[in-house]
Amino acid sequence: MKKSHIFIMAIIAVAAAIILSTTADASVYVGFGEARQRAAEGNTTKVHVVGKLPRDARKQPIGLEYDPMTDPNYFAFTLVDSTHIAQRVVYNNPKPQDFDASEQVVITGCMKGNVFMADNILLKCPSKYVKKDLNEGATASVK
Amino acid sequence: MNLLVGQIGHLSVILAFAAALVAAYGYFQASRGRALGDEDQSWLRLARGAFFVHGAAVLSVIVCLFNIIHAHRYEYYYAWSHSSNHLPVQYMISCFWEGQEGSFLLWIFWQVVLGFCIMKFNRRWEAPVMAVFSGVQLFLVSMILGVVLGGVKVGSSPFILLREFLTDLPVWKMNPDFVPKDGTGLNALLQNYWMVIHPPTLFLGFALTLVPFAFAIAALWKRELTAWVKPALPWTLVGGGVLGVGVVMGAYWAYETLNFGGYWNWDPVENAVYIPWLVLVASLHGLVLWQKRRTGLRTSFALVVATFVLILYATFLTRSGVLGNASVHSFTDLGLSGQLLIYLGVFAVLSIALLVSRWKEIPVSEKELNGYNPELWVFVGATVLCLGAFQVLYTTSIPVYNAFMGFIGIKTNIALPADQIAHYSKFQLWMGVVVALLSGIAQIMWWQRNNKETVVNALTAPTLLALLGTALTVLLVRYNGLTISPAYVMLTLAGLFGVLANFGTIFTLVRRGVRLSGGAVAHLGIALMLLGILASAGYSNIISRNVSGLLYSREFDEELNRDNVLLWRNETTPMHGYQLTYTGQFFEVPGVPGYVDKQFLFRTDDDYKALARAPITVAGKTYYKTGDTVNILPENTYYRINYKDVKSGEQFALYPRAQVNDEMGGGGLLASPAIKKFWGHDIYTHVSSVLDPRKEKPWSEPKESVLAVGDTIFLNDYFAVFRAIEPAHETAGLNLQKGDLALQADMIVSGEHRQYHAHPVFVVRNRMVGRVPDEVEDLGVRLTLNAIDPTAGKFTFGVSTTQKDYVILKAMEKPFINLLWSGTLLMAIGFGLSVRQRGGRGAVAPETEAAPEAEASAGTRTARPQPVS
Repeated sequence: MKKSHIFIMAIIAVAAAIILSTTADASVYVGFGEARQRAAEGNTTKVHVVGKLPRDARKQPIGLEYDPMTDPNYFAFTLVDSTHIAQRVVYNNPKPQDFDASEQVVITGCMKGNVFMADNILLKCPSKYVKKDLNEGATASVK
Repeated sequence: MNLLVGQIGHLSVILAFAAALVAAYGYFQASRGRALGDEDQSWLRLARGAFFVHGAAVLSVIVCLFNIIHAHRYEYYYAWSHSSNHLPVQYMISCFWEGQEGSFLLWIFWQVVLGFCIMKFNRRWEAPVMAVFSGVQLFLVSMILGVVLGGVKVGSSPFILLREFLTDLPVWKMNPDFVPKDGTGLNALLQNYWMVIHPPTLFLGFALTLVPFAFAIAALWKRELTAWVKPALPWTLVGGGVLGVGVVMGAYWAYETLNFGGYWNWDPVENAVYIPWLVLVASLHGLVLWQKRRTGLRTSFALVVATFVLILYATFLTRSGVLGNASVHSFTDLGLSGQLLIYLGVFAVLSIALLVSRWKEIPVSEKELNGYNPELWVFVGATVLCLGAFQVLYTTSIPVYNAFMGFIGIKTNIALPADQIAHYSKFQLWMGVVVALLSGIAQIMWWQRNNKETVVNALTAPTLLALLGTALTVLLVRYNGLTISPAYVMLTLAGLFGVLANFGTIFTLVRRGVRLSGGAVAHLGIALMLLGILASAGYSNIISRNVSGLLYSREFDEELNRDNVLLWRNETTPMHGYQLTYTGQFFEVPGVPGYVDKQFLFRTDDDYKALARAPITVAGKTYYKTGDTVNILPENTYYRINYKDVKSGEQFALYPRAQVNDEMGGGGLLASPAIKKFWGHDIYTHVSSVLDPRKEKPWSEPKESVLAVGDTIFLNDYFAVFRAIEPAHETAGLNLQKGDLALQADMIVSGEHRQYHAHPVFVVRNRMVGRVPDEVEDLGVRLTLNAIDPTAGKFTFGVSTTQKDYVILKAMEKPFINLLWSGTLLMAIGFGLSVRQRGGRGAVAPETEAAPEAEASAGTRTARPQPVS
């Protein structure tokens, strides 16, 4: 066996290790039902959940709890996933500034007791990149 | 409305496309079936002419697009969506490439420039290389073509009119010639000088990867399998330097502007450039190996092709919308995914097929390398770089797997790792260790005759010193109460070894009277960067963590880290050796150094103008007098935070920013940090949450009280003394005229820490009464002088209160981050030196035949040191 063959085999071994390890690290998109089930089985790996905020008649999100006066690092809200399961979520950080306007919320974390502990929140907001509405900026007017 | 400029622009795009097609075909025909240097002259002339036309057309497109932005022609979607009336001229340049079309244009422009350079400096290779160039230009221009062919939209034109883009607006029915008065503006995050120079640098780097690729393809096509390395090498060096600097510029911009707490977030958009850069650097090592030691040619071919294909893949990732939720800052999806995929597919398949068909003909070195050959270590190093690139590529592509499986009808739910930083770091750290060690070993061995004795002699000193330094570092880290993991110890050791070995190489070479080695300087820079990253990212310390002392047990028993601290306005809070005070909100005023307190400014109906309520004076110079109109930039509010070092008593102020940003997140506020730089560390501070500066404060119902001069009233938690009534003097914004009567009360309000003057004003004009309330912003108190009873000497005041002002803040310490920036600078200098040493013979001078040079290289192999990249 030539040295170059050993070298190539070493490369393949490292590449395989990378693939395996990435597969182990990769997270999944789940609903709250599965997140609860995982927690019940003692599986504390972090998952992604995509959901929406429940809103009242005036389109205001309901169930947001953030009082910086008492604790600036505690923000709790309710998220409804695509299977319509609602779940209380706690985020130990200040409330993201544009949270109320977000159309879709992606959280990562895991269930702890009765609440979902989120360590990351990704917001998907309307009008994020493509400007479609002329009146949005209140800058347009007829010449 | 000016439709002409857009029509000229669009025609120029079409002309550029057609000319690129002619140039590609012409160059192809000129070289087809002929040896290198023996081109068909008539085809060559045609192709050259076509490429000149192409260049002129591209320039015309750029001029037209810039005119549309500069002249505020909002009838065009591009100007309307990326610019506005208030935008300073220097940022109009950034508008140009904020959109996808403009950034494609920038890329196209750089490739035109490089094409002309090839025509001038690499005559012998012109025809086949420029055939590839023109082919790539053809695809790139098609991205901004904006024509519909057989029902399929090809490209997205930057010259599209607003009415063609937003077709459903009702306003077009009433007035088809409607033109908005103002644009929606450039994303304020991009209004930063780094965004003026970072994209051109990056796209120049992108464009430069085409040069070695085009040479490699030309070489495979013409079966000139060895001669291409010499002309391609200097271009690859420039590419490696420019792309590397471009990546770090982007990182520095993110550090200064975004608020994720660092300079690198492993965002797919960042990775998309990092991956090809790693492979580009690996290919560079392959080329140097062939040029100097006649080995590694197949590797060079494969890596040069891989670099270019990865650049195309990066373009596909960031511009097709496939990343979706995974990235916060990819481009808008313009519906070009199919076109991008074809582009990627065509070039990947053709170039790989060509490479495979010629693979057996590429010469290989017969010599079996052993541990005393530096070539072996360079080769291993390049392999490690590629493995590192593969790791990032494999993870970054997770959204692509989902999209692909969805495309073939299988639903998958794989997501990116929940903790991306930990995931990438655990691999990239070890890549750094190996790269730093090998760079040191290979640099030392490259310049000397190697046997057991010389290698041991040369490596002993740096190894011992690095071990000593690592031991000291570990002790110092422990002494400061921190822990250090074995992986960090290894990186420290490798980084120190890399620094010492490369420094030693430079020193030895200079002593021997040889020119400064660019390669050793660049490797020294890389080793310093690794140490800087280890210190600043590995030991980034959140100094605002758990400082409030209060603990609210909610759902959890265990103690959680609470990273943010609440600061009331003008109240001092202790934080990790500092006394912190938030002292108010500030605006940026063009022309005035520093920031101006909002309390000095009286806002008007025009958002961009305010009146000075008091003289605006900085360092003895008065910029505005009371009542002057002041131009302000209303998007940005700066929160002044005073830091006082408890031990030394030293003070400094930081101004973290909250920016009203409609683009990133539905009219949200975006925080940008403020950074205080010390030689050994940075203090990095951003606001996490503030009271929305745009919203009117909700004031309580005013409570009335009737007072005489000298009386005291209670205002919630505070009290105020009504000292006097006097003619109003601070009348900015009142526009007092003759005959008007203006009186103001002088109230002294006692807060927790200091006293405030409040001057509510009462005006009588033409028997009409006006009232100007005064506000003590620190206390959230507003006083109005409602009525005056001159006979009884009684004055009626209205008192309203609001939420006291506060900020929620996060602060971090970044140790030794300057090592990273200075390492980058050294790396850039190293690349520059290499280009100069090599470029003198490779790029500019007329080329010679490859054969004698091979002998020369073999002859000088060990005898005499040569400059190597």
